[in-house]
Amino acid sequence: MPLWDWSYAFSILPDLLLALVTTIEITVLGSVVALLLGLVIAVLRRARIPVLDQVLWAFVELVRSTPLLVQVFFLFFALPRFGIELSAFVIGVLALGVHYATYTSEVYRAGIDAVPQGQWEAATALSLPRSRVWTGVVLPQAIPRVLPALGNYVISMFKEVPLLLAIGVVEVVNEARELGSETFRYVEPYTIAGVLFLLLSYPASLLVRRLERRRVSA
Amino acid sequence: MENLPRILSVLGDGLPETVIATLGGIVLTIVLSFGAGLLLLSPWRVVRGVTRVYVEGFRGTSEVVQLFWIYFVLPVLVGYQLVPLVAGIAVLGLNHGAYGAEIVRGAIRSVPRAQYEGAIALSLSPAQRMRRVILPQALVEMLPPLNNLFIQLLKSSSILALITVPEVTRQAREVLIPNFGDDTFLIFGVVFVVYLLLAAVITAIMRWIERWAARRLGRRPVRQRKVLEEVAV
Repeated sequence: MPLWDWSYAFSILPDLLLALVTTIEITVLGSVVALLLGLVIAVLRRARIPVLDQVLWAFVELVRSTPLLVQVFFLFFALPRFGIELSAFVIGVLALGVHYATYTSEVYRAGIDAVPQGQWEAATALSLPRSRVWTGVVLPQAIPRVLPALGNYVISMFKEVPLLLAIGVVEVVNEARELGSETFRYVEPYTIAGVLFLLLSYPASLLVRRLERRRVSA
Repeated sequence: MENLPRILSVLGDGLPETVIATLGGIVLTIVLSFGAGLLLLSPWRVVRGVTRVYVEGFRGTSEVVQLFWIYFVLPVLVGYQLVPLVAGIAVLGLNHGAYGAEIVRGAIRSVPRAQYEGAIALSLSPAQRMRRVILPQALVEMLPPLNNLFIQLLKSSSILALITVPEVTRQAREVLIPNFGDDTFLIFGVVFVVYLLLAAVITAIMRWIERWAARRLGRRPVRQRKVLEEVAV
């Protein structure tokens, strides 16, 4: 039997591509959670509300410093104890989203800190309401600056989706495992899975790098 | 709460595996980071190209895929099966070494050009130039991002649970959850604390090395949070 069987490789490709769509869905939904929740955390922390500020700090540090896989298991086993029954897919989106929100909140914070003090003072001098200061002055300057960093986190989230096979989500690697267990041929499924990741994440990272350079030269 | 001692002892059994995997991974990461980082600066195009393939290959694919590939596919190709822990250390090192190579390359490139010129003017050989002048200065730059990388590696060591390495995460999932299902919160609480403590140990050691490296240059250690550069993707 050859080490690499092209006809087998082509026969499993459609199933793997279908699973890749699931992986992308989870990445997109997880990114929405991460980008929005991270922004909320960053803005709330900027307000320095006593107690809430310490709670948010502790939460961010805890989530950032412990493994995503443990957090996935935690949500998977702990949520049902509150009577919350969610599918593995939704738990995956939540776990990835919240985990990466702690990263993005730090990125947003750096972007917000980089907005010159004078911009805040000018906004105050114009007596803009608090919400307008954020949406009209600070964030439009802070967010473009950090887009490359946020993009990098989306790519890295994409590569962490396979962790969810541990709770039974059928993404690319899990699909590869199931296909392999039917025929006892693992070379083709896992190799194709790896190539699929490379084909998507490498061009994406080149794109982010270009964005980075454009911002530096601009 | 009455199960706490048994929970601690089961997780304690997994602790050496987590520590060995992390330490082994860190050692391999350091070797590969410096090796590949220097090769990325090689004057020969072919050498740079081959190193780029390694770096982008490991940065562009999922760590889980790399783990399964080395554990399940490689034995079919070479006819030799790695012990799970060794396969895990190899993947942790290869994967994080690819990120570390970029850190090393960037730190060396950030050393001011005048330092090279000064070393040439003193007629130091290329090896002396690198070892005595460039690397000590680059080291100070690369330590804070390497600290982040090592903590990422510690967290990644949990995926070894997927190839049956009985480390902390697997002990929690396979031994504790089925047996002490009522103590879900306690179990995960302890697991979180274990990883937080290990991360704190890594950071403490790295801070100490940072101070040592800065003192060697006659500088005071400066530590600013460079969040945008932390992003290791």
